[in-house]
Amino acid sequence: MSTPIDVTTTVKVAAPKAAPKAAPAPKDEIIALAQKWKKKRGSLIMALHDLQGRLGYVPRESAMKLGRAMDVPLARIYEVVTFYNYFKLEAPGKYIISVCTGTACHIKGSNQLLKGLEKELHVSEGQSTPDKEYHLQGVRCLGCCGLAPLAAVNGKVYGKLDTSESHYLIERIQEDKPMVAAREEIAAE
Amino acid sequence: MKPEELEIKAAAEVAKQQAFDARLVCCSSTGCQSSGASEIIANLKAELKARQLDTKVQVSGTGCMGLCSKGPLIRMTSKTQKDILFSDIKPEMAAVVIDRVVAPVLGGATIESPDGELETHFLDLDEPFFTMQDRIVLENNGRSDPEKLEEYLAHGGYQGLRKALTMSAEEICKELLDSGLRGRGGAGFPTGLKWDLTRKVQSDVKYVICNGDEGDPGAFMDRSVLEGDPHAVIEGMLIAARAMNSTNGVFYIRAEYPLAVERVEKALRQARAAGLVGKNILDSGWAFDFEIRLGAGAFVCGEETALIASVEGKRGTPRPRPPFPAVKGLWGFPTCVNNVETLANVSRILLRGAPWFAGKGTEKSKGTKVFALTGKIKNNGLVEVPMGITLREIVETIGGGTGTERKVKAIQTGGPSGGMIPEHQFDTPMSYEHLQKLGSMMGSGGLIVIDDKDSVIELARFYLDFCVDESCGKCAPCRIGGTQILKMLDRIVDGTGTTEDIRKIRKVAKAMQKASLCALGQTAPNPILSALKHFESEFTERLQPVETAKA
Repeated sequence: MSTPIDVTTTVKVAAPKAAPKAAPAPKDEIIALAQKWKKKRGSLIMALHDLQGRLGYVPRESAMKLGRAMDVPLARIYEVVTFYNYFKLEAPGKYIISVCTGTACHIKGSNQLLKGLEKELHVSEGQSTPDKEYHLQGVRCLGCCGLAPLAAVNGKVYGKLDTSESHYLIERIQEDKPMVAAREEIAAE
Repeated sequence: MKPEELEIKAAAEVAKQQAFDARLVCCSSTGCQSSGASEIIANLKAELKARQLDTKVQVSGTGCMGLCSKGPLIRMTSKTQKDILFSDIKPEMAAVVIDRVVAPVLGGATIESPDGELETHFLDLDEPFFTMQDRIVLENNGRSDPEKLEEYLAHGGYQGLRKALTMSAEEICKELLDSGLRGRGGAGFPTGLKWDLTRKVQSDVKYVICNGDEGDPGAFMDRSVLEGDPHAVIEGMLIAARAMNSTNGVFYIRAEYPLAVERVEKALRQARAAGLVGKNILDSGWAFDFEIRLGAGAFVCGEETALIASVEGKRGTPRPRPPFPAVKGLWGFPTCVNNVETLANVSRILLRGAPWFAGKGTEKSKGTKVFALTGKIKNNGLVEVPMGITLREIVETIGGGTGTERKVKAIQTGGPSGGMIPEHQFDTPMSYEHLQKLGSMMGSGGLIVIDDKDSVIELARFYLDFCVDESCGKCAPCRIGGTQILKMLDRIVDGTGTTEDIRKIRKVAKAMQKASLCALGQTAPNPILSALKHFESEFTERLQPVETAKA
């Protein structure tokens, strides 16, 4: 299973601003972040975290700009981006559902939960729904094993899930006003 | 800050806390946060204010108190009554907690047994889950607010550093060596020895790195320590730096742990402002500072040379040793990589002395160990126990067994690098040496319990699949060996496997153990080998009927 890790739990930004049609960040923004990190030795991964934190993923065009501004060949950037699970090369959906596939969750049926969600959303693990509303992914341990099985949606953890009630999770996501409000706030900023 | 000011600030904080009649601390770690801890704290404050009790009762967040499956937890301490631990509290219950318990206690009442709405929300602090623990690393969890430097100081914080500043580098290394502390990341290398090796290398630049890349799926000890007591780790790193004459510090933390990163960043800002980190630390003229680097989701980065490559902004692939990082590490300079939990022990050892620490545990494994107890277990959560405690005590007495009618079948220690230990060997003491003898390892502290309904083949396959996915691909034994074992294992699961497959699994596993470049490949076959050792019949039952007959 390829397991890109929840992009929304990046440090500086609580949730990515990524809209499905996310345009690459304004040029000056990328140059600004490149200049910020260029001074520090070996900070390519930090610069990429910064970039993905803003855009939700690492678009090719932005990676090229970043590389030029930091004097790093594009091949080096791709070498790193494809090595680490955390970085995404494609825009994710609006709600990123990250089902934890750590051991504790695995033993408590995270597989059934993931399969249920696949069926519910008509997508496979690692894909987004055609309307780009939901993105479903299995991720490495989120470290909340006491609440297994669990899923995180845009960084918010839903714990002690019933593996047979995946539809209930989606209902909860839709009803979870505070999370939606928080996202809109971020988008408005 | 001058050294004497530590006491003044600590005393001021103690006095501040004592001015309150009671204190409510709510777990504010990732798990409980997701169940509404922040709202609970806000509601408690608002309800207290509405009753004009906010000057009598202090409300604060704290680090993980352990019983994660029953969270959010609130602990109430008061001058007149034994501590009370509330479990499964929801934000809307704040008023009930205050009216039914807090207000009566303030009024002089003693709450013995809970009633009404709160009846099922009390936890008995005399349960073995709490009484059998021995907390050193987690001692501030449940009493201090990790976001406040003053609260850390109130419990002797940075006094270990103060002492270290009066000692020579050699003396600090000796103290650590005498304490018997061994690396808590898994391998168990004596910390004092590691420091001493780095100390002896001459260099103008030396690095100390905190390894917070907790990659073991099913473990959350380091997250809990970083979230619950970040200053203890910072202090441990400062002492490590003194012991090795290091010049630069790096925190390497998983990006998947945003709250841990936030807390460490905040703690570093506070420590800098107070003169505990940066230039002229504790008025000693010594300067040391840190930077934070984030992991990006690669299990192999727990291996120190891979971690160093990742800090350098490269793919996290390990390299052959020697040269060891102590000689040639980050950017070619001597580097010491220590695990979070190891570092959190350091200041306490320095303050209380090596004999105190060495007095706990077994002959070769000293002190305590934090474990994440998960899987099919009643008391799911974080525990810190003295080394030498038996597995049975951990699983049955502290963990409370499966909590269902099913029986415990085995536990997996050490995550993907460890092995399964069947129930009949549970009287083994928990120590580096005993676990190794059983074909498992201490690992970082994940303890996964499986019951008699769970398949060991399935669990072994899960771990192997994980290691195959996480293999960096640099060396052939790990890259190819893992994939081949996985294929054979899949045949066995499908019912098309043969005895030849089992023989080959063992053979390839041996090659991986001997020839892989780093610990990921060397230990990846451990789960499957231990499953074969203890539960071979489960494998043979699923082989092709003909082959079984022949065998």
